[in-house]
Amino acid sequence: MGQEINPQTNGFHHHLNGGGPPLPAADLPELLVLRPGLLYKVFEQEFLAKFNVLKAFESPLPLDKFLLAHAQSARAILCEAIVTRITADLLLQLPALELVVADGTGVNHIDLAACRRRGIAVANTGDVFSEDTADYGVGLLIAVLRRLSRADAFVRRGSWPVLGEFPLGLKLRGKRVGIVGLGNIGTKLAKRLEAFGCKVSYNSRTKKQSARYDFHPTVVDLALHSDILIICCSLTEKTRHLINDDVLNALGMSGILVNIGRGPIVDEKTLVSYLVEGKIAGAAMDVYENEPNVPSKLFGLDNVVLSPHRGAFTEEAFGDALKIVMGNLDAFFSNSPLLTPVSTNE
Amino acid sequence: MDAIGVLMMCPMNNYLEQELDKRFKLFRYWTQPKQAEFLSQQADSIRAVVGNATAGANADLIDALPKLEIVSCFSVGLDRVDLTRCKEKGVRVTNTPDVLTDDVADLAIGLMLAVLRRICVCDKYVRSGAWKLGDFKLTTKFSGKRIGIIGLGRIGLAIAQRAEGFDCPISYHSRSKKATNYTYYSSVVKLASNSDILVIACALTPETTHIVNREVIDALGPKGVLINIGRGPHVDEAELVSALVEGRLGGAGLDVFEKEPEVPEQLFGLENVVLLPHVGSGTEETRKAMADLVLGNLEAHFSSQPLLTPVV
Repeated sequence: MGQEINPQTNGFHHHLNGGGPPLPAADLPELLVLRPGLLYKVFEQEFLAKFNVLKAFESPLPLDKFLLAHAQSARAILCEAIVTRITADLLLQLPALELVVADGTGVNHIDLAACRRRGIAVANTGDVFSEDTADYGVGLLIAVLRRLSRADAFVRRGSWPVLGEFPLGLKLRGKRVGIVGLGNIGTKLAKRLEAFGCKVSYNSRTKKQSARYDFHPTVVDLALHSDILIICCSLTEKTRHLINDDVLNALGMSGILVNIGRGPIVDEKTLVSYLVEGKIAGAAMDVYENEPNVPSKLFGLDNVVLSPHRGAFTEEAFGDALKIVMGNLDAFFSNSPLLTPVSTNE
Repeated sequence: MDAIGVLMMCPMNNYLEQELDKRFKLFRYWTQPKQAEFLSQQADSIRAVVGNATAGANADLIDALPKLEIVSCFSVGLDRVDLTRCKEKGVRVTNTPDVLTDDVADLAIGLMLAVLRRICVCDKYVRSGAWKLGDFKLTTKFSGKRIGIIGLGRIGLAIAQRAEGFDCPISYHSRSKKATNYTYYSSVVKLASNSDILVIACALTPETTHIVNREVIDALGPKGVLINIGRGPHVDEAELVSALVEGRLGGAGLDVFEKEPEVPEQLFGLENVVLLPHVGSGTEETRKAMADLVLGNLEAHFSSQPLLTPVV
C-alpha cells in the first residue's frame, strides 16, 4: 500500500507476472512504431498484448504532427530498416526517447552518433539471424556451382528426355574461398565451408587473433588468392562499393561472387557487365543496390542465382528475433541491462 | 591396344568416348539400329564393356559376349551389372569410388538447403518479376535439423561430416552398425520417425529396392523432407508422389527417379520439391577423374597390371 504507481512500468510488470486480466492499452508502456517491419507484422498480437503501440503508420496525420500529438512521452521505438531512417532530426521530435530497437541485425539506418549525443541506447537482434544467413550462403554457393535452379527448371519444362544431359557444374572441394567480413555470419560460414573441403581465408576491418584462417590486408589481395568471394560484412561508409572492378579483375574470369551482405557493398553496374561479358564465371546474389529492382540483364544468365533478400528469413529466426526484441524491451522497462546493445561509440 | 574391342553402352562423357576411341576399337551400343544382330556379329571382338548408371552389363549381355574380360563402370553404383554372372564367368568389374564422393555429398546438402530455403523457387520469384509485387515468405531453417542417413558408406559419411558443420544431429541406418558416434537405428521406419530430413545414400540391391516405402514416408511425415541421391528404385515413387501431392510429406529433393529421364509430372507444380536430372557427380573435375579411372582400369587390365578400383 502506498506504493507509487508508475503507469509506464507498473502495467508492464503486472502483465509480465501474468496477474489478472489484460490491461487496457493506455496502462501499458508506450512503444512507437513508425512503419511496421515484417517482424512487427508477423507478431503484432504479441506486441499489442504487452505495449501501448503508437502506430504512426495507421494515423491520418502526417508524421511530424502525429509525433507531436502522440509520441512526446514515448521512451522506446521499434524500427524496421528498409525505409525508416532514425535521423538526428527525427530524434529532435521525440524528447522522451531513450531506446531504439532495430528489428534486425543492421543498424546503418540509425544515426548512432546522434543517439550517443542524446544518451539514447540502441539494440539490435544480436546473433539470431547469422546461422540462417550463413546456411543461405552455402546454399547459394552450391546452387551457382552446380546450377541447381537451372537444372530444376530443365526438368520441369520437360527438357531432360529431349535434350539429354544437363551441362556440368564446378566442384567445391579444394576451392579457395575468400570471406569479406569475418563477423558472426562470416565465422559461421567459414566453419560450414571447411567441412566441404574449402580453403578459407578472409579480409576484415581488423585481423581476428582467434581465427585460424589466413588474413589478407585488402579485399583485392583476398580476391587475387580466391576462387570464390563471399560478402558477409555490414554496409558502412567504408564498405560502399567495396567490390569494384579492381576486385572483380583480381577475382578473375573463373571467379564466383556470392553476396549475402548488402547490395550497395557491390558496384552492381560493374558486376552486371562483368557477368554479361564473361569477365567472372558466375554470381549468387541475395541483395541488390535498389531492392526489389534487379537488373534484368541478369535474368537470362545461367551462371547466376538470384534471391529476393531472404538470407535471414526463416520461421525459426523470426521466433528467435521476437524473443530477443521482447527481451531487450523487458530489460529496458525494468531498468536492467539490454541483452544485445549496439555500441554508439565511434 | 587399338585392336581391343570395347563396347560403350550409352553416351556418358565426350572425353571418355574420345579416349576410348583413340586407345581401343570402340563400339557405340546406342548407335546400333539392330542391337541383337550387332552383338552376334561382333561377339568375338568385344573384350570390355563400359557402362554407367543408365546401362551396364546384365546377364543377357554378358552371355552374348564370350570374349568379355572386364566391365568398367563410369559410376560407383553397380546396380546395372550382374555381379553374380560376372563372378561365375571370371569377368572383372571396376567402378569409380572416392572421386565422386564429394560432389554427391555436396549435392545432397545443396538439395536440403534448396528444399528448406526454397532457393530455386526464390530464383524464379525474382526472374518472373514477382518480387516487385511483394516479398517472398519465411522459409524453414536448416541448421540443427535432425538428419537421418540410409547407408553410411563413403557418401553417407561425407554427408554426415558436412551436416555436422551446421550442428545437425546425425543418425543412420545401415546393414550393420558402424564404429561412429552417430545414432544407429536398426529400422528405416524408426530412423524416419526420428529425422527431419531423410537422405538415401546406400547402394541399390534387391534388398534396398523400395527401402523408402509408404510406411517410411508416413513416419517422416508432413514436416519431413526426403532427399534421394542414390537410385530412383530406392523409393516407391508412386507412393512418394501421392504423399507429396496430398501434403503427407513435407518436401523432397530428388536427383534420381525410377525411370530416368522420365519424371512424374505431378511434381512439376510443387514448390516444396527440387528436381534434378541425375547430376550427382556432374562436375567437370569429377567426370574427368571418373573417366580417367575407367581408362586406367582398362589399361591396367589389358597390360596385366593390378586393377585400380576392382569390385569383382
